[in-house]
Amino acid sequence: MAFKIIVCAKQVPDTNEIKINPETGTLIRDGVPSILNNDDANALEEALKIKDKFDDVHVTVVSMGPPQAQDMLFECIAMGADEAILLSDRAVGGSDTWATSNAITAAIKKIGDYDLIFAGRQAIDGDTAQVGPQIAEKLHLPQVTYVEEFEIADNMKDITVKRQLEDGYEMIKLQTPCMLTAIKELNQPRYMNIKGIFNQDKDIKVWSAADVEVDLTTVGLKASPTNVFRSFTPKPKGKGITVQGDSEAEIAKNLLADMKKKHIV
Amino acid sequence: MANKFDDYKHIWVFVEQRQGKLMNVALELLGEAHRLAEQIGGDTKVGALLVGDDVKGLAKECFEYGADRVYLIEDPLLKNYTTDGYTKVITDAVNEYKPEIFLYGATHIGRDLAPRVAGRLNTGLTADCTHLDVSVAHYIKFAEENTTLNTATLNPDDPDKGLKMTRPAFGGNLMATIICPNTRPQMSTVRPGVMSKIEKREGFEGETIQVKHNLTKDDIKVEVLEVVKAAHELVSLTDADIIVSGGRGLGDASGFKLIQEFADKVGGVVGSSRAAVDSGWIDHSHQVGQTGTTVKPKIYFACGISGAIQHLAGMQNSDIIVAINKDADAPIFEVADYGIVGDLYKVIPEIMKEWDHLEEMDVEEA
Repeated sequence: MAFKIIVCAKQVPDTNEIKINPETGTLIRDGVPSILNNDDANALEEALKIKDKFDDVHVTVVSMGPPQAQDMLFECIAMGADEAILLSDRAVGGSDTWATSNAITAAIKKIGDYDLIFAGRQAIDGDTAQVGPQIAEKLHLPQVTYVEEFEIADNMKDITVKRQLEDGYEMIKLQTPCMLTAIKELNQPRYMNIKGIFNQDKDIKVWSAADVEVDLTTVGLKASPTNVFRSFTPKPKGKGITVQGDSEAEIAKNLLADMKKKHIV
Repeated sequence: MANKFDDYKHIWVFVEQRQGKLMNVALELLGEAHRLAEQIGGDTKVGALLVGDDVKGLAKECFEYGADRVYLIEDPLLKNYTTDGYTKVITDAVNEYKPEIFLYGATHIGRDLAPRVAGRLNTGLTADCTHLDVSVAHYIKFAEENTTLNTATLNPDDPDKGLKMTRPAFGGNLMATIICPNTRPQMSTVRPGVMSKIEKREGFEGETIQVKHNLTKDDIKVEVLEVVKAAHELVSLTDADIIVSGGRGLGDASGFKLIQEFADKVGGVVGSSRAAVDSGWIDHSHQVGQTGTTVKPKIYFACGISGAIQHLAGMQNSDIIVAINKDADAPIFEVADYGIVGDLYKVIPEIMKEWDHLEEMDVEEA
């Protein structure tokens, strides 16, 4: 029987490319590309490495988002995933992390059997790192977050991971099925390959809330326990001084003189 | 009007300990909880939830830094942090004692634990908060001092005492204030380094409550084989008064030699942008920014850092920012107090030279 891996992925705006309009203080989103979330690429890569190493491994990518998130899923297929599923429905729009995890959990249950679930630690647009653990909670699975090394035994059951901490790491042993969240130290994601790009057999399934039979009172904006009260931009800082001088030495001197004058140094 | 949350009272802090030592952020959160309790008023108490094996000795420090009560959960099975073990005993304790607010440090452990607890309790959780308010009047004051929010729609006399959790969004240049109106407890993880401790209350002692639990070995599905402290010296970016950070403008990894020399000269700590970490030039523990460490030193030197939003989010609250960059249009200059357009390899050595003559430097008093 195939060893089944589910990878949770999200399409995100490339926040490195987002700039601020200095006059209005608002985000300039025009022309900002949408990408496969960084940590999720590491999650997918680790799943594909297992597929490279062992026979009969099946990798399914699952995502939730608007229809255009299919672009990101095509990328996942082109990297080597076997199958991709997008849960897309207005009913799940505006979900916070709790409601999102309910929706994705329903999609995973609909997929059925799985041995291992990988997710990225967090998405760069929200940076919450909450959806992975909350899916694990709903599925009653053990979890390890911040995984930076992964090893699975030949019995396809025993897993050893290295979990990153701020001041070191932990080595943790657990068994499938489980949820692991990936960080960038885990691996180097591969590029899309030609075979994957032109693989016509693999398509992307788009599922509705009804398809995954999720309880509609547990998803979407209204069901979310957290709401946005207000949103705003931070107060712009007054423009600073451009330090002038005819030479680097003079610039350095002028800088430190002004800092000393203001009792900064 | 009867409140459906009348059963929920007091503020809890998960006082994370590792190997029998409290994390700094735990003490910061006790300080913040202490201030929030004052805003709520009445008999609101600060509870420190202390979980581990033989950790009761840490209660004293909790009391001295703001706890009125320590809720103690001890068991050999809780010696090492496990998601399973901690989630079980903590959710059971919440169901028994019903705190109104529950705060966690946004550490690698807090961010693993809190979502799991929130999931089991079916309550809301806001990640990585950088500011908290309870009273609307305090929120208005915060918003007027720090943000562009129009506060005209807010009433300072509003009796609302729900927790207002403010966090950066979209890589840091938008801020959002999140509320959790319909479920309890209201929970958030809070960034280390942003809240301040209260002045130590030497000798203060509160009440210690032994919390019963029914954790068994079978509840824990993972085995912690070992916990290893990093061999390399810890980069304490959050405590540093001066940070010297390098970015992609260094050109290559060897540029960090100059950054290190500069940092040594000014008594600072080395930081970096995500770009430099992604290029493999320096360890991620040095990374400042939305996905790294949030810092607010007295002086922040940004050397060859363009100023991507995600970097600015982690350092723009520094007291003084000095930016050195070749590109006059780099966004870092938007937040810099001192901007130097030039070659960092020429400018930094000159600053280091001048630094030695600071004492004898003659300046007119400001």
